[in-house]
Amino acid sequence: MSDKFKVLYYVNQFFGQVGGEDKAGMSPEHRPGKVGPAMGFEGALKGEGEVVGTIICGDNYFNENKEESLKFILNTVKETSPDVVVAGPAFNAGRYGMACGELAKAVAAELKIPVVTGMYVENPGVDVCKDKAIVVSTADSAAGMRKALPAMAAIASKLAKGIELDEPEKEGYIPQGIRKTLFTEKRGSQRAVEMLIARFKGEEFETEMPMPVFDQVDPAPAIKDLSKATIAVCTSGGIVPEGNPDGIQSASAQKWGKYDVSGMNGLNAPDFYSTHGGYDTAYANENPNRVVPLDLLKDFEKEGIIGKVHDWFYTTTGTGTSVSNAQKFGTEIGKELLNAGVDGVILTST
Amino acid sequence: MVKEIERYGIPIVHMATITTISESVGANRIVPTVAIPHPVGNPQLNSEDEHALRKELVNRALNALATEITEITHFE
Repeated sequence: MSDKFKVLYYVNQFFGQVGGEDKAGMSPEHRPGKVGPAMGFEGALKGEGEVVGTIICGDNYFNENKEESLKFILNTVKETSPDVVVAGPAFNAGRYGMACGELAKAVAAELKIPVVTGMYVENPGVDVCKDKAIVVSTADSAAGMRKALPAMAAIASKLAKGIELDEPEKEGYIPQGIRKTLFTEKRGSQRAVEMLIARFKGEEFETEMPMPVFDQVDPAPAIKDLSKATIAVCTSGGIVPEGNPDGIQSASAQKWGKYDVSGMNGLNAPDFYSTHGGYDTAYANENPNRVVPLDLLKDFEKEGIIGKVHDWFYTTTGTGTSVSNAQKFGTEIGKELLNAGVDGVILTST
Repeated sequence: MVKEIERYGIPIVHMATITTISESVGANRIVPTVAIPHPVGNPQLNSEDEHALRKELVNRALNALATEITEITHFE
């Protein structure tokens, strides 16, 4: 029997070398051996461990069939009984990150097997699993693969051998939000006074208890009378007029656009299409109202169910777009909507 | 974007398929939708059934805007 520890790997359809968006609907498959990043990962284990199998699953399939996907993955983990499960890295890919996060959470919580994944700190998948699995902090794109794999391998190796990890900053993973008791050279009162003195002197100091940032906006009051209300529609699904006149990026959007739809009865092909680079746009291009239901809102306006559809529709692309840009877009668009007297907003996402 | 628009006091409903992302980005009113590439549509249905489904979803979104809530609420 080999004395190497066993790793089961998870990748999406793209990193699993099956295909791009056209294969995002593939159901999970288990392949013996290593595929895609699992090869580089095994190399980084320096002979101490071995990737015994790779699960490949389409990003859309996972997110649309989470329970079935997790069932398959958990069963595969049980059958292969690895010492550690590794997923990704997903960088800033939202759907891939959610898949890695969900399976990491499930495997760690239900099977008590350690899981290592890698994501960009803003990936929504981080919050899903960071308290149960180890999420290595990666760059926001696959350009960071070379740095991510050795860090993930070093952590996986320690976990497989039951060695306790060092602090998040030293090991390169995202803090799990847990506190541990540890011995220090100086007692608390001394450290506190030193910190205070450093602060007085304007020197750098590092808090031992960073405050979590919670920023939840309270729900706005409901619309009292829909039949008198102006409703605006907004999307992160990348729907733009033919020719994409403002050059809205197909990924990592730097801007948003607004288009006058007052004279239209819907967002009809081929006058509109999707420039989004993060999903298969065939269905959206066939009928853009499937992403932005302007046609139905116009019907509701005609029937008097709502007062009016706002003259402008707002759009951007929500794939790989940074949180800071999305905040900026929201602030700018919201201000326009407020000034225009819009009473309510429907925002659709792909 | 949802959160920043709502910060102005305008009610906003997020129609999205991965509702866990909706929650993590701070949406309060959420309508779960059909699929990532066609949130408000289903190309597998005939046009009549698809229209009915789409109408139902948009109706649900409008109702969400007209419903007072105090916490994250899924309108299913």
